[in-house]
Amino acid sequence: MNPNLKLILGVLIPALAVQALASLAPDSLSYFVSILALAGINAILAVSLNLVNGITGQFSLGHAGFMAVGAYTSACLSVYAFPGLPGQLAFVLAVLGGGLLAGLAGWLVGLPSLRLRGDYLAIVTLGFGEIIRVLILNMDFLGGARGFIGIPAETSPFWVMLCLAFCVLACVRLMASTHGRAWLAIREDEVAASAVGVDTTRYKVLAFALSAAAAGLAGGLFAHKQAFINPNSFDFMKSVDVVIMVVLGGMGSMSGSLLAAVALTLLPEALRPLAQLTGVDLRMVIYSLALIAMMLSRPAGIMGRKELWQLGWWTKR
Amino acid sequence: MNTLLQLLLDGLSLGAIYALIALGYTLVYGILRLINFAHGDIFMVAAYAALFSALSSLAPADPGATRFAVTLLASMAAAALLGLAIERFCYRPLRGQPRINLLITAVGVSLLLENLSQVLFGANPRVFPELLQGGVAFENGQLKVGQIDVWVLLTAFGLMLALEAFVHRTRAGRAMRAVAHSHETAALVGVPVDKVIALTFAVGSALAAAAAVLYGVKYPQVSPFMGVMPGLKAFVAAVLGGIGNLRGAVLGALLLGLAESLVIGYGGATWKDALAFLILILILVLRPAGLLGKYEAEKV
Amino acid sequence: MKMKLFKSLSLAAALGLLASCAKLPENEIRIGEFGSMTGLTSTFGTATHEGIQLAVDEVNAAGGINGKLVKLVSEDDRGKPEEAATVVEKLITRDHVHALLGEVASSNSLAAAPIAQRHKIPMISPSSTNPKVTAQGDYIFRVCFIDPFQGKVMAKFASETLHAKTAAILRDKSSDYSVGLADVFAREFSGMGGKILIDQAYQSKDVDFKSQLTTIRQKKPDVLFVPGYYSEVGLIAKQARDGGLQAPLLGGDGWESPELYAIGGKAIEGSYFSNHCAPDAKIKQVMDFAEKHRAKYKKEPGALTVLGYDAAGVLFDAIRHAPSLKGPDLRAAIAATKDYQGVSGAISLDADRNAVKSAVVLKVHHGRAEFVATVNP
Repeated sequence: MNPNLKLILGVLIPALAVQALASLAPDSLSYFVSILALAGINAILAVSLNLVNGITGQFSLGHAGFMAVGAYTSACLSVYAFPGLPGQLAFVLAVLGGGLLAGLAGWLVGLPSLRLRGDYLAIVTLGFGEIIRVLILNMDFLGGARGFIGIPAETSPFWVMLCLAFCVLACVRLMASTHGRAWLAIREDEVAASAVGVDTTRYKVLAFALSAAAAGLAGGLFAHKQAFINPNSFDFMKSVDVVIMVVLGGMGSMSGSLLAAVALTLLPEALRPLAQLTGVDLRMVIYSLALIAMMLSRPAGIMGRKELWQLGWWTKR
Repeated sequence: MNTLLQLLLDGLSLGAIYALIALGYTLVYGILRLINFAHGDIFMVAAYAALFSALSSLAPADPGATRFAVTLLASMAAAALLGLAIERFCYRPLRGQPRINLLITAVGVSLLLENLSQVLFGANPRVFPELLQGGVAFENGQLKVGQIDVWVLLTAFGLMLALEAFVHRTRAGRAMRAVAHSHETAALVGVPVDKVIALTFAVGSALAAAAAVLYGVKYPQVSPFMGVMPGLKAFVAAVLGGIGNLRGAVLGALLLGLAESLVIGYGGATWKDALAFLILILILVLRPAGLLGKYEAEKV
Repeated sequence: MKMKLFKSLSLAAALGLLASCAKLPENEIRIGEFGSMTGLTSTFGTATHEGIQLAVDEVNAAGGINGKLVKLVSEDDRGKPEEAATVVEKLITRDHVHALLGEVASSNSLAAAPIAQRHKIPMISPSSTNPKVTAQGDYIFRVCFIDPFQGKVMAKFASETLHAKTAAILRDKSSDYSVGLADVFAREFSGMGGKILIDQAYQSKDVDFKSQLTTIRQKKPDVLFVPGYYSEVGLIAKQARDGGLQAPLLGGDGWESPELYAIGGKAIEGSYFSNHCAPDAKIKQVMDFAEKHRAKYKKEPGALTVLGYDAAGVLFDAIRHAPSLKGPDLRAAIAATKDYQGVSGAISLDADRNAVKSAVVLKVHHGRAEFVATVNP
């Protein structure tokens, strides 16, 4: 089969399947559908962060900033630039616009930062995330602290799944290409990679920009789901949430990040009764303990560096 | 003109506190090449320790030098213990592993301290007890120097001088410098590397505790997330001065404190947090070794 | 091994789905409540919850409404808008509540309102003051006044009672509540002939306001409007007095908390703030409520608790008069609320579904808030 056709089908079929299930679900299950959509958005964030943190081996702590860029850009486009266009079309264009601008932001942030080593990069990306948030807070036309109201609620499971499938397939294809090999080389030993001719800065910035673009898409989907966004949703804690998903899932494993994202979105909902019972929110305490425990015992994460389709009883032997 | 002097004075007082925290960062970085993300939260826990000891029967009920001293010592001791525990149980097992693992663990410890404090002490800010008498020490027209500022500056600089003496004139200090230079070589000449690292953590944490007490005296409020911003800013200060360099940390912190005070004074209050990050980015792009640091070539 | 795990997981999921289709009892009234029970703004959520719980217990002890008992389902949104949206979706579609009570913070109400509107479930906010909340749809109501009114109250008080000609503003730029109030105050005060000399800002969780206060002090304003939350206001008052600023401070209902006096100490004495009701008012309703509250919770009630109680009260009153518990009927009954005698005053809902109520101005005196004046709309 034509590989491009494979790609298109691979993206469309899951999306249509998910939408079919969602539409068939009775209204009483709309809560689950909503949670699954959120899980999908988190999965896009995790898979994209995995590209930088896991595959290229750079530690970024500012992912929420790019999500914010995507969210606000798409919100502005939807409300100010495309109000005349039919709903779905405006929505698609807005989200794409958000992703594009976020990708650009990623490129701009990556250029100076990626010359820095691990620990410094972490703080600088954290800093950029905070700067973006403070910028948005101070821009009154974006609503500032009062938030941006009136975003058309166009996000549906179809679009989330489409985007997620696209991101995952894009990652898989990229991994199988020169880019993927370059990234892995950089992760394993940057100096050696550079010595054999890999343009490390170029590939690192590329990974950063692509990952930021995907985060922007997730931000756009998020904005059009909530119909209301404010800067507090994109703070350092959100970046940390995504980092936890990538680390627990296994840095370097796309399916690990995906599974961890879904699990860590569903888990708090399942733990709601517990929080009500005890009156305290132990969620973050549990997450941080899990993070420390994981680092002390199995730093590779749950999936390590393997993918779901590389292990188990469905692998051809 | 008076306003400028007032702003500079406020900046100096703030910078002195950042300096104590920055010293902790730089000590640990120098010896382990690790950014201890949890350092700002040790500062926070020390503030709570100070609050509880000031309110307990250990300390006299009236503000004054004794109350201040007792609280200071108690919280420094508590922080040192916490620092030792974190090093022993969270960082030591990971020595030798890729640095990114250590970094993630540090983030985990930081989150744990913050959220555990929130669960145990409540998210609401608490009032820090009055340790020292307020009031004006010196006044000249519009320029006011508070008693509190005098205490802060004296205590901070006193501790910094003590640290300088410790690092450069004692055997323990020499051992610390040796291990910072090279773990292997120091071990070869008989320096107990593990113990020295533990000592470094203890000293760094104790300094953070002193900063916490002074911070509480200046801004009498304690809350679970109070350490995040001061911690990050102190880190920027350490990098500004040249990470690993003690005098650099102090210089960087004072400069940052002054810059922050000036920015707020001239209308940019909502940008003051972003300022620290901007300085960080600028220094890392323009002069990565910091103001007083030496550029270390990476050996392959 | 993996197959077994997969099988048991799918079985669990299937059972879960089946359980959700179970039939719900017809003879109870289900009210959903959402607020920040944990997290940084947990005091708001828990205070409101206490008021609502008190109202529910009271009504159930009296035999329910029209013979049906009230079941309260409370959910925690951790103070985040996206969680507010999620829990409201859950309350409506899983718990099948007939009406919603919430939220305190306007940003959380704004996130939740479109969902309530879409499902045609009435939502009453006890204390969100951003005007845009009720503009989200005709199923959204509130029992408190809105920012435009509250800002006007203090502007009027400053201008007419304190005879202030000039004012300075120190707002919390990261809080939508503070920004809204500050904007209105500036507009109204200028409209009354006053002059805003300077408008400075800080962010929540800041502890050092000396630079802003130094700049403000130099302008010598008659009053300083600080529409922020009590934790920062206490420190601001201290630093203002230490710095030599003698002008009285004015604020809004965000000041209300016992912590204000603990943190502000002597510095906050002589300052004024607007609130929904005066806890020490010698009105029978207020005293009775305070008595009930003390009996159950062993402490004095605050304005948020009172508003929670009144929101529940308005809802129960509407249920009593509504022909059925269906969305449209309930909505119409709530919209028709006129002169409901709440603890925070007489509540009537206007065409925009906001409460037409008076505000009170309180003065900080001897470590407590004392009633000074009532300002009518």
